[in-house]
Amino acid sequence: MNLIEVKNLSFSYIKEEIVLKNVSINFGVGSIAIIGQNGSGKTTFVKLLKGLLKPTEGDIFINGKNTKDTTAAKLAREIGMVFQNPNDQIFKNRVIDEVMFGPVNTGQNLQEAQENSLKALEMVDMLDKENENPYDLSLSERKLITIASILAMNTGIVIFDEPTIAQDYHGKNRLKKIIEELVSSGKLVITITHDMDFVAETSKRVVVLNQGEVLLDGDTKYVFSKSDILKTAYLEPPSITQFCSMLGYGKAFLSVEEFIRYRSAKESI
Amino acid sequence: MKKIVVENLKYRYPLSNNLVLNGISFDVEEGEFIGIVGRNLAGKSTLCQALVGLVPHFYKGAYSGRVEISGVNVLESSIAELSKHIGIVFQNPFTQVTAAKLTVYEEIAFGLENLGIERKEMIKRIDYALNLLDIYRFKDRNPFELSGGQMQRLAIASIIAMKPDIIVLDEPTSQLDPQGSEEVFKAVQDLSKEGATIIMVEQKIEKIARFADRVMLMSEGKIIDYDAPTKIFSRDDLLSYGVQPPVFTTIGRLLGLKDKRTGLYPVTLDEAYRMMAKSEPHRS
Repeated sequence: MNLIEVKNLSFSYIKEEIVLKNVSINFGVGSIAIIGQNGSGKTTFVKLLKGLLKPTEGDIFINGKNTKDTTAAKLAREIGMVFQNPNDQIFKNRVIDEVMFGPVNTGQNLQEAQENSLKALEMVDMLDKENENPYDLSLSERKLITIASILAMNTGIVIFDEPTIAQDYHGKNRLKKIIEELVSSGKLVITITHDMDFVAETSKRVVVLNQGEVLLDGDTKYVFSKSDILKTAYLEPPSITQFCSMLGYGKAFLSVEEFIRYRSAKESI
Repeated sequence: MKKIVVENLKYRYPLSNNLVLNGISFDVEEGEFIGIVGRNLAGKSTLCQALVGLVPHFYKGAYSGRVEISGVNVLESSIAELSKHIGIVFQNPFTQVTAAKLTVYEEIAFGLENLGIERKEMIKRIDYALNLLDIYRFKDRNPFELSGGQMQRLAIASIIAMKPDIIVLDEPTSQLDPQGSEEVFKAVQDLSKEGATIIMVEQKIEKIARFADRVMLMSEGKIIDYDAPTKIFSRDDLLSYGVQPPVFTTIGRLLGLKDKRTGLYPVTLDEAYRMMAKSEPHRS
């Protein structure tokens, strides 16, 4: 079932410059990555899905509702988005108040909101920061707080705009686990990122945006096997994929483990 | 010549109980490209701020030890004075852009005006920086109408235009597309070849392995190790410091590929390819 349907979507901030050109695409449950060069329209696209911007032409349906006929506030019950820059999102002076704001204002009762908020803080491993002022925290921690505040809203659709910014190895692993958990509980997760290794490990489907159009859309393996097309969009496949193609393997590998497994299987023949 | 000398630097933020920098000592030669790696909260960003004087001149708190930048003692100098020698690209570009100027072009000019650079030279440097970061076409745009990645390019351009002897970059490519971040690394490497000293905090380990002359591994406010990339990334305990080895080192480890001479694993694509090509008879 499609949770999001985008039909002939075009958008421009100013008349002379079209940001998105006639995009039609559907999304169901699962983990989807949107990649593309800087300025290709990725953030604009997800702001349109969220109803923060309205299409110049075409329509977007979120769970069957046209974003033109509803408000961003109403849509917030169905679609949550973590902003690229945590400072754009954070406005409370206590972590727990920040995280609880979303759930309380989208109809959860106080007890439910508190439970969900604490659970969300636990998911991002920030439970001990519950009473801190977000602005006393580092950028990486503030990013995790903004992720928790969206998770606490328990929406069916979750959008992450560059979630790996300022995250170390453990932070990225935690994010991978969160995405897995969201997908296994039947949600649609859309991630914008420039970290191709992260995409290879977290997403089943990849959409490449280039100059406002969908350049590639498909299974992650398929998209990363098209290195020539990716190059035209200022992108490149993950490190392991590049390495194996340099070695002359015709197949696109998405992880070191996959490559090692394939290799030892060949050796044992 | 030593461009940076740090001796037993200790620092604690105001109202905090623990030392975020706990006895840091190291030095950097002119023209070196140093990569700093470590888990979140290791003290990497604070160290960057201590190099440019924001610690202790802007962020107060308890400070001891000595930081010398181009022969100037940071404690006895000022942020303005230090900015003639050392520039910083902040982790979050939204923090960097001044909002005092209405166009990208003027934003880059802002730093140069404050250094009192002559107009002709200023135009030359701005054009160079705009082209280097591939944002020339946005020169008349308001900085706050740029995308996140474009704004990060602007933040880097505005520091590069100032041509400081030492450039500190705190995760400068976190929001850039893969080719954009490759271009930034190459540009920074070119600057270091021309004599600029580079300090870069990065999570992109594969790039640090390729571009840095030396790598500093930090944890809990201390320097764990400071050595060539091959040495640092071959450490068995790297993951325990929250740093994932380069993909190519992991492959080397799993397949037992070691450099015969040094006994170290490969850290870059080229190294791994060379070692692998010898031992890889079958392809498909």
